[in-house]
Amino acid sequence: MEPASRLDHNHELSVKDLPYIVRWRDDRCKRCGRCTAVCPMLSIEPTVVVKRVLQSEGVTPEPKAARAVTTMVKQTTNIERYCIGCGTCTLVCPNEAIEPEYNPQHKFNFHKNKGGHPYRRGGRRNDPNPSTLDRLRFTRISMLTDPALDAGRHEFRIRTYLGRILPAEELPLKMIDGKLAADKTSGKFIPPVREIYPVMIGSMSIGALSPTMWEGLAMGITYLNEVEGMPVVMCSGEGGMPQRLLKSRFIKYFIPQIASGYFGWDEIVRTLPHMIEDPCAIEIKYGQGAKPGDGGLLMAHKVLKLISEIRGVPMGVDLPSPPTHQTKYSIEESVAKMIQSMSMAWGFRVPVYPKISGTRTAKAVLNNLVRNQYAAALSIDGEDGGTGAAYNVSMDTMGHPIASNIRECYLDLVKYGKQNELPLIAAGGIGKKGNLAANAAALFMLGASAVSIGKYIMQAAAACYGDEMNRCNVCNLGKCPRGITTQDPKLYRRLDPDVVAERVVEVYKSLDVELKKIFAPMGRSMELPIGMSDGISTDDHAIAERLQINYVC
Amino acid sequence: MCRLAAITSFEYFSPIENIMALETMKEGHDGSGMGLILKRLGGEFEDLKDYPILSGICSKDGMKTLDDYMNKLGFKLKYTWTPKIRTVRGITGRDHYFARVYDYPDVYKDRAWGDKEDLLLKTRLALRKFGEGDESIIVFSFYPDILTLKEVGDPLQLAEFFGLDKSPLKAKIIFAQGRQNTNYAINMYACHPFFIQGYGSMTNGENTAFVPIREFLMSRNFPGYIGYNSDSEVFCHILHYTCKQLAYPLTYYKDVITPLKQSEIDKRTDSEVARLLKISLRPLCIDGPNCVIAFTPDGTCLMVQDAKKLRPGIVGGMKGKYGFMSEECGLDSVIPERDKSQDVFPMKYDMVIVKPDAQEVMVWNQLHG
Repeated sequence: MEPASRLDHNHELSVKDLPYIVRWRDDRCKRCGRCTAVCPMLSIEPTVVVKRVLQSEGVTPEPKAARAVTTMVKQTTNIERYCIGCGTCTLVCPNEAIEPEYNPQHKFNFHKNKGGHPYRRGGRRNDPNPSTLDRLRFTRISMLTDPALDAGRHEFRIRTYLGRILPAEELPLKMIDGKLAADKTSGKFIPPVREIYPVMIGSMSIGALSPTMWEGLAMGITYLNEVEGMPVVMCSGEGGMPQRLLKSRFIKYFIPQIASGYFGWDEIVRTLPHMIEDPCAIEIKYGQGAKPGDGGLLMAHKVLKLISEIRGVPMGVDLPSPPTHQTKYSIEESVAKMIQSMSMAWGFRVPVYPKISGTRTAKAVLNNLVRNQYAAALSIDGEDGGTGAAYNVSMDTMGHPIASNIRECYLDLVKYGKQNELPLIAAGGIGKKGNLAANAAALFMLGASAVSIGKYIMQAAAACYGDEMNRCNVCNLGKCPRGITTQDPKLYRRLDPDVVAERVVEVYKSLDVELKKIFAPMGRSMELPIGMSDGISTDDHAIAERLQINYVC
Repeated sequence: MCRLAAITSFEYFSPIENIMALETMKEGHDGSGMGLILKRLGGEFEDLKDYPILSGICSKDGMKTLDDYMNKLGFKLKYTWTPKIRTVRGITGRDHYFARVYDYPDVYKDRAWGDKEDLLLKTRLALRKFGEGDESIIVFSFYPDILTLKEVGDPLQLAEFFGLDKSPLKAKIIFAQGRQNTNYAINMYACHPFFIQGYGSMTNGENTAFVPIREFLMSRNFPGYIGYNSDSEVFCHILHYTCKQLAYPLTYYKDVITPLKQSEIDKRTDSEVARLLKISLRPLCIDGPNCVIAFTPDGTCLMVQDAKKLRPGIVGGMKGKYGFMSEECGLDSVIPERDKSQDVFPMKYDMVIVKPDAQEVMVWNQLHG
C-alpha cells in the first residue's frame, strides 16, 4: 500500500521543529523582496498563494468571498536552509514586517545530521547561563581605613608582561660603585619580555575572519599602540599573515600563531629575512577551548583566492589541521623542541608560548613549561571560547571552564614560588555576557597575567549576531551576514574596516576606564592585581571553595 | 591610621621621648596598642652587644617551656631585663615581660655570623610555634642589640605600666608605634614594629596588595617569612629580602616596592637593572596607601612613601638627632629647637635616609637613581 506520508507531509519538519520561527506580517509587508534577497540561508522565500478574501463593495456593501492570488514570504522547513535567527531580514525591512523568533521547543539537534553528517557550525558553546566569571564580585572595597583611588585623576598602570621572567635570584647583576649593573660577562640568557596591555585579542585567522574584519582589527590595534599609547596586541590565528604586514614595523603589535596545519608558515619563513621588526611573540597552538582535542578547520567555502595565497594551498578545499602536531610524539618533542625552534628562528629575541585548551591536565603541561627556560607563557583557552568551525558536539560538550583551570595553575605556581616567572593567559568566555572588564579583572585576581578575547570584540566591533541561543553561528559556511567570517566579497564588503577599527579603539578605551573603576576602589593602581584573591567573592559556596576565595551572601 | 614615632640619635635617649611624641599625635591612634623596638642599646645592655636578646612575653607555664627549650639548645642565660610593672587602670598585665640576654651554645661560639643568625631565627620561630595555640609564649625578636616591647593599651599608660618614665633603659635608635586597631581581635604579632634579622619596619596605612605579596614571600623558601598577622609585616620582609637575601643596595628597596614607569626608568643611569627588577619583582609592588619607616642592621633609618603619597610622614631634626614621624606635632615634641624649614616631607620618589649617629639627613630621589 502506498504510504500516506506524501499526502500528509509526515516526513517533513514543521517550523516548530526549527530553532527560529520567522514572524512575517502580511499587513505590513510591501513585498519589496529585500528580506528574501538578503537571507544568508535562503530560509525565507517569496511564494505565491491563492487566498480566499472577503470583500464588501458597492452602494450597499455586502461581503462576498473571492479568490485572489497574492505573494507572501514563507519560511522553509528544509533543515539545510533552517532559519538561523540572525535577523538580517529585520535589519533590511523598511516596514518592520519580519522578525525571527526563538523557539524554545525546537528539535533541531534531533534532525541536523542529514546524510550522516553531524551538525557543524561556528560560534560558541550554546549555553546561555552565566559563567563562573559572571558570578564573581569585587568585595574588597577601600573604605576609610585606606582611601579609594580616583579612577579619573590618579595615575594607573594597566600593563602586564608577556615573556619568561627570571627570578631575582637568577638575574645577572653585579655591583659597581654601590649601584647594581647588568653583568654582561655572565653569559646568562635573559629571556625577552614584552610589556603589553593585559587584554589581548586572541587568535582569529585571516580565513576564519574576512579580510575587512581582520584589517579592521589590525588597524584598531595599530591605532591603539601608535596614537593612544595602549600596547594592545593581537594574535594572528593559524593561517599566516599578509606579507605587507610581516614586512612592516607594525608587526611588533602582532603575535603570529603556528598550529598543527602549519598553514601560512612557508610564507612567514620566506619573509623572515625581510622583516624589519620582531613580532610581539609567537603562539604555538596545541588546543582550542571551543573544540578541545580537535584540529582547526577552514571549510572549502572559505578557501578563496586571498586565503589560498596566504596559506599556500589550492582554492576550494577543506583545510583541516590535525588535532596534534603530527611530527611530534611527546610533550618533550611537541613543546620543548617547538618552543626552542621558534625561539631560535628569531634569535631568541621573541617570546614563544603555547596555547592549550582548558583541561584537567593543564597542570601537567604547566609543570613541564616551568622547567623549560624558553617557554614564555601558557595560554589556556576555556570551554566558552569561540571557533570558526567545529562539530556541535565538541563545542557544546567538550572542554573545561577557565576559572578553576587558571586558579589551580596559578596556585600550583605559587606553591613552587614561580607565580611571577611564567605568565598565565586566560581565554574562553571573557565578556560572554558583555562584562568584559569585570571578567578580565576577576581572572587577574584569580591569577591570570593577561586575558585574550575573541567573540567579545567580534560582537562589539562588528556587531556579530551570534549568541548562546544558537543565533547565527554559521561562521563555518562563509555566509556571515555581517561580513565578519566570510570570504565572499558580496558579504564582506558590507563591513567597513574603518568602522571596525574605530569600534576596537572605543572598546579598549572604555575597557581601560572600566578596569580603573574596578581597581581604584580596591586601592590598586600601579601593578595589575594578579592573584589578589582577597578582592573577589562569590555567593556560591562551591565556587568559593574551589577557587579558594571568599563566600558572601 | 596608626601613628609612628622613630628617633635616631648620636646620644642615648629614653623611649619616653617617642611615647611623648605619640601622645601629641593621639588623635591618630586609639590606644589599642603600642610597639617599641630599641636598637643600639645603652645602659645595662651597652656591654652585651655581642649577645642575642630574646624579647617577648610569657605565661608562667610558657616561661618553663621556654627555659627548657633554651637549655636544651645550649643557650646560656647571661642577663635578664624586666620592666618594673606598675598597675595601671585599663591595662591587663601578663605574667612575664622580658628581654633576656643569652650566650650562644658552645658549638656555635666559633661559627660564622650567618650560622648564628640562622640559629637565632630558627629558635625564635620554634618558640613562637610553642606558644601559638595558647599565647603562653610570644616572642618578638631574638637578635643582638635589639629589644622589643609590645602590649595592648594606650602608649602613655603603657609607659607608666612598664615604668619607662623612670627606667634607665636607653638606646640610640628607637621605633615606636601607637596602634589604630583595624583588626578587631588584637593579636600581639600584628603589632608594629616588625623585625627580622637586623631589619625592622613600621608602617601606617593598609596594604591593598597584601595577598600577592604574602604569597610571593611565603614561597621564597625562607623560614622567617611567616606570620603576617598584619598586612604591614610584609614591608619588613621585603626590605630583608631586597637587602639581605638579594644583597641589593638599600635604595633599591624603593625600586622594588614602588617601581617607576618605563619612561622614567629610561632616564636612569642604571635603567637596565631598574627594568629587570621591576619585572622580576613585580609581585612586591605595593599600592599603598603606606608610609614605611625602617632601619637596617647597621642602624641606617629611612622613610618611604607609596607611589601616590597617600599617607603623612615627616623627617626632621638637627645634627645628632633626627625624628621620623607621622605628623609634624610629633617632631615638635621631640626636637622643638630644630630648623623647621629643613623638615622633609618625603614625596612619591623620595627615600629619606639618616645614617647611624644621625649626622645629616639625605634625600635620595628615585628618578635620578
